[in-house]
Amino acid sequence: MTGNLKENSLHVGVLVILAALFFVVSDYHDGNLARIMVLAVYAVGYNLLFGYSGLLSLGHALFFAAGMYGLGLSMNLLGFAALPALLVGIVFSAGVSAIVGFLALRTSGVAFMIVTLMFAQAGFLTALHFGEYTRGDEGFVIQQASRMIAGIDLSAHANRYFAAFGFFALSYVAVAILVRSPFGRCLVAIRENEERARMLGYDVWMHKYLAVIASGTISGLSGAAYALLFGYAGATFASVQYSILPLLWVLLGGAGTTIGPLIGTAFAFYLIDLASEITTAHLLVVGLTIVLLTLFAPQGISGELRRRGLKWLP
Amino acid sequence: MDFGPHLFLATLEGAITAAVISLTAAGLSIVFGIMRVVNVAHGEFFMLGAVGAWWVTTAVGGHPAFGFAAALIAAPLFVGAIAALADRLVLFRLGYDPERTIVATIGILYVIQQVTLMTFGPDARPVEPPFNKRIPIPWLGIGENGLELTWPWGLATTTYKLAVIVAAAVILFGVWQFLSRTRFGLLMRATQLDREMATAFGIPVRKIYARVFGFGAAIAALGAVLIVPVQQAHYLMGTDPLLLSFIVVIIGGLGSLPGTIVAAVLIGMSDGIISVFFSPTLAKILATLLVAFVLVFRPQGLFGKAQA
Repeated sequence: MTGNLKENSLHVGVLVILAALFFVVSDYHDGNLARIMVLAVYAVGYNLLFGYSGLLSLGHALFFAAGMYGLGLSMNLLGFAALPALLVGIVFSAGVSAIVGFLALRTSGVAFMIVTLMFAQAGFLTALHFGEYTRGDEGFVIQQASRMIAGIDLSAHANRYFAAFGFFALSYVAVAILVRSPFGRCLVAIRENEERARMLGYDVWMHKYLAVIASGTISGLSGAAYALLFGYAGATFASVQYSILPLLWVLLGGAGTTIGPLIGTAFAFYLIDLASEITTAHLLVVGLTIVLLTLFAPQGISGELRRRGLKWLP
Repeated sequence: MDFGPHLFLATLEGAITAAVISLTAAGLSIVFGIMRVVNVAHGEFFMLGAVGAWWVTTAVGGHPAFGFAAALIAAPLFVGAIAALADRLVLFRLGYDPERTIVATIGILYVIQQVTLMTFGPDARPVEPPFNKRIPIPWLGIGENGLELTWPWGLATTTYKLAVIVAAAVILFGVWQFLSRTRFGLLMRATQLDREMATAFGIPVRKIYARVFGFGAAIAALGAVLIVPVQQAHYLMGTDPLLLSFIVVIIGGLGSLPGTIVAAVLIGMSDGIISVFFSPTLAKILATLLVAFVLVFRPQGLFGKAQA
């Protein structure tokens, strides 16, 4: 099982490097990395559905925002403490993904993309419609004083970094284990050939449904974590753009690889960061990258690495 | 204020939305019907049409009607050329694979939108309508002298707005004639029915595809030129028409032109009416949910035929 040994050491290595980076790079990059790790959780969740199950959703912002508003609104309106509010966010996004998945999985291919897009758009508009509570595009701030779990202030620099690291490590390891399990293998089988998986006696629908719920819940965890660590929730995070971004990150890093989401998120984050220093039209970079990727490297960075020699790359 | 005149005005505004949306949606529907490509960048071609109209009218000068007439011809041609180029450079190379083309058109959407932001700027810019006479809305009521026409609310529309509705109807009729009567329309329909057979018969499918994509974009651009004197040109204006066209095309049945037009009228009108009496956001929530449920439970569209 040398393959497994290599995989495990890669995963441990990635986590060790991320933890160590905090002590190496400057405060500015620490802040960026914390943000990247929280967003990479989102990409990890998206990758589970897109990369491993072959289902392309254009509506994941709905799940991200469900987690974000689940936490934000229960803290600000109901006065929940941070930990129960985090649970509310996770449960809420799991519920939303269970409903959306149940309906959307009656379709496939292009129709699935459009159905998810439309549900997400309805969610975004709902957030705008109840502007009284959500404050629409402007969003609302979650008070620093309430962003505490077990007496630890999550808005402080180092605490925030390691909380983000914790969220990332949790989802990264969970998905790495999941995709190696029989369940994950079956998802890949469905992605490669749905008919054959069905002929072999697998319950294709149930596998896809569970994948949507797992993927939506991880995305919701990311949204809740983002609101908790950075103290802000707004309707922008529910917009189409935030459904496109995880697609970009996963495509860029490599769909269907465990480290792809992290690489893609970090790469895209710094790319957009650099571009916005040069021009206000920094989304141009997003567009060009997407077009060039689909044309020349549909497997993404780690997909290319895998193709050019590192065949064992998980 | 009474209910009647408001309903009338809402219906009129709804009819204008319906007119423009039926053009953009027709473009989207033709591209999907023939190429099986879902073009997410379609709204940006609409936006380019409006921005193009601003450039042309500003460059021409003189009486607004000259500039506008020039824009009606130049903007759709320009947008069609850009779309054909995008087809050659990107979509063709992807082999028109449905999922990859959607992702690629998302990229094209951002490229077009952001390049417009860099060149045209973030401001909304008006285009002067070629003619614009105010028409007060009359009301038939019982007055002192029996039945008479009155203008009691000060509500009004303009000649230009009415002309938009008529123009859209004429253009749609033209598109229909073009598809069903001309040689190019015939080639397009042949390609739609069986791409491989068309190739075997010597139809230049590659060229046809580029032109179809350009043609679909040009129709959207034409719709934008018509609406820009009412709405102003802005680099983010493509999003709403895109979503509405999606809604219309899906409810009308993907790839069916008559269904698209019926759905455009239905959605445009109800959007106008719900927006006036409730809220625009609520109207959009209902419309997007309707689309999702139509796709889930009746994928052939409300007016489409079930596939065997």
